Amino acid sequence: MSPDHYLFLAALLFVIGALGVLLRRNAILVFMSVELMLNSVNLTLVTFSREKGTLDGQIMAFFVMVVAAAEVVVGLAIIMSIFRTRKSASVDDANLLKY
Amino acid sequence: MTAAPVLAAASTSISTGETITFWVLGPLAVIAAVMMILSRNAVHAALFLAAVMLSLAGLYAAEDAPFLAAVQVIVYTGAVLMLFLFVLMLVGVDSSDSLVETLRGQRVAALVLGLGVALLLMTAIASGTGDGGGVGLKEVNAEGNVVGIARLLFTKYVFAFEITSALLITAALGAMVLAHKERVVPRLTQKELSRARFASDHPFPLPGPGVFAAGDSIARGALLPDGSVSEDSLAPTLLQLDKDGER
Repeated sequence: MSPDHYLFLAALLFVIGALGVLLRRNAILVFMSVELMLNSVNLTLVTFSREKGTLDGQIMAFFVMVVAAAEVVVGLAIIMSIFRTRKSASVDDANLLKY
Repeated sequence: MTAAPVLAAASTSISTGETITFWVLGPLAVIAAVMMILSRNAVHAALFLAAVMLSLAGLYAAEDAPFLAAVQVIVYTGAVLMLFLFVLMLVGVDSSDSLVETLRGQRVAALVLGLGVALLLMTAIASGTGDGGGVGLKEVNAEGNVVGIARLLFTKYVFAFEITSALLITAALGAMVLAHKERVVPRLTQKELSRARFASDHPFPLPGPGVFAAGDSIARGALLPDGSVSEDSLAPTLLQLDKDGER
């Protein structure tokens, strides 16, 4: 095998995450799928870091993790406040901006 | 004849151990990811996501990134997923997905789109790479992975690193502001609560779970004198789960 295998795996995980975003209606599950996509991109960055022989890719993956942690905190707080007002975590019920 | 061994020596050779690690953890991650987007129960999905993230941590460790492997376990599996589980508990276990398709044909379109993106990415990777194993991290990891990362983080990327502190503070403040609940009605005093209770048809406390029953689990309802289970003693969520059957 070669390090490219990791890239194929990351692409597969990214597509699965994207499908999760498209197919699921529960906001929390959509959010989890976004996390999966972020993780798969991290795997790509780490693999590139190895192929290029520098640590910059790992630094980038580290920053992605930091930003993802901040994003999860704010996103889950938004989901909580939407759930509190609408008694539902479904993305179909938050449609006030639609019209 | 002579060029091939030189090239092979220049590119990093991948050990058998890493190959085995990849072929164990890779399929595991893919299966767990597919199960995550297919499982109806949100808690099961969170646990499958934990499996994906732990597999990815193992893959990072196999790819000469021990620091990121540790951070992956601590930050993602430890902090982010626990946050997800906490929110699931607050939102309630009855928050499973509706299977009604809101937009007609969306699922088929999504599957076709996913297949297309997968094909696109795979062909892009296949055509863009493929010249051996690359340089490898032996050289830059000579002092240790953590030292190498710290050296970069506090020199070349020090400004971005400082900016993330502002981001984290903003996120913490944002979460506090968003999750803060304004009290719209004044808090009831103990006297008012007591009056309301005696005005109701339940002046006495509700039966606790497990009273006179064989166990003391909260899922075991209190038994009434005739031996039947009192629904007052069980949490509404548990009754709902019982009604829905095993999910």
